[in-house]
Amino acid sequence: MVLNDTEQQLIGLIQSGLPLCSRPWAEIGQQLNLAESEVLQQVRSLQERGLIKRFGLVVRHHELGYTANAMVVWDVPDDQVRQVGEALGRHDCVTLCYQRPRRLPQWPYNLFCMIHGKDRERVLETIDELVEAEGLQDIAHEVLFSGERFKQRGAKYL
Amino acid sequence: MDAIDRAIINQLQKGFPISERPYREAAQSLGIGETELIQRLQTMLDDKRLSRFGPLYHAERMGGGLSLCAMAIPEQDYDKVAEQVNSFPEVAHNYARDHELNMWFVLATETPQRIPEVLKEIQALTGYPVYNMPKQQEFFVGLHFEV
Repeated sequence: MVLNDTEQQLIGLIQSGLPLCSRPWAEIGQQLNLAESEVLQQVRSLQERGLIKRFGLVVRHHELGYTANAMVVWDVPDDQVRQVGEALGRHDCVTLCYQRPRRLPQWPYNLFCMIHGKDRERVLETIDELVEAEGLQDIAHEVLFSGERFKQRGAKYL
Repeated sequence: MDAIDRAIINQLQKGFPISERPYREAAQSLGIGETELIQRLQTMLDDKRLSRFGPLYHAERMGGGLSLCAMAIPEQDYDKVAEQVNSFPEVAHNYARDHELNMWFVLATETPQRIPEVLKEIQALTGYPVYNMPKQQEFFVGLHFEV
């Protein structure tokens, strides 16, 4: 296990959020029987080891007007996937870009990127611009917008 | 939403100080007081503009499992299956998408070994196959919503 007991307890305590008070780490420390400075040291260590990627605010993008949420999937020849993935990732409109396995015959796509926008028309135009800019006319792609039904909730371990 | 709320959202998505008085530090750089920042964050959490305020973990480095999964569910069964799938605490971000594979969700488990187990449990409960598409390479992650 990468985490010791104290770290596990600490992670459990801040999982759903940092206390909204003047000295949040002192409050966490009281629950862990640790001094504020020790808690801070632990949190910094988690961050340095890359276990905490980022500390900050997580928005509900739907509530903020980002309702056109497109997953764009591409069927890229395997020997070009890194090149195309890195090229797409350089565009500001792309928020995530991953290679994933094909699941043939149902699913031929191996490169996934997300584009979050405020309306579908504009997102589709953006995708056309991406194809044009990166010369991806010969690479099959599909755009999967998210529908109305969704569960947006962090899983316990996410 | 006023200019200060927007500034808070735009700035604090990028990060937050890890220090004894983090709200005071962040508030100073936003040009407001510590109490005001805390109150505004509380309001935005209460009215659900924010989902949470805290750490984003690296699931795999924490020793956890993470995958994107998809299912093809006939319309008449969709709501029932969505409810069954969402009943698993490991399921997050379950979205309907317009494709033959019309249900897409993220699975986040305490250990990588749990991923195939939960997939089997979901298949057994729903009676439909689950297509597992774990990340193989990451080219870019920069989820940030400017408001």
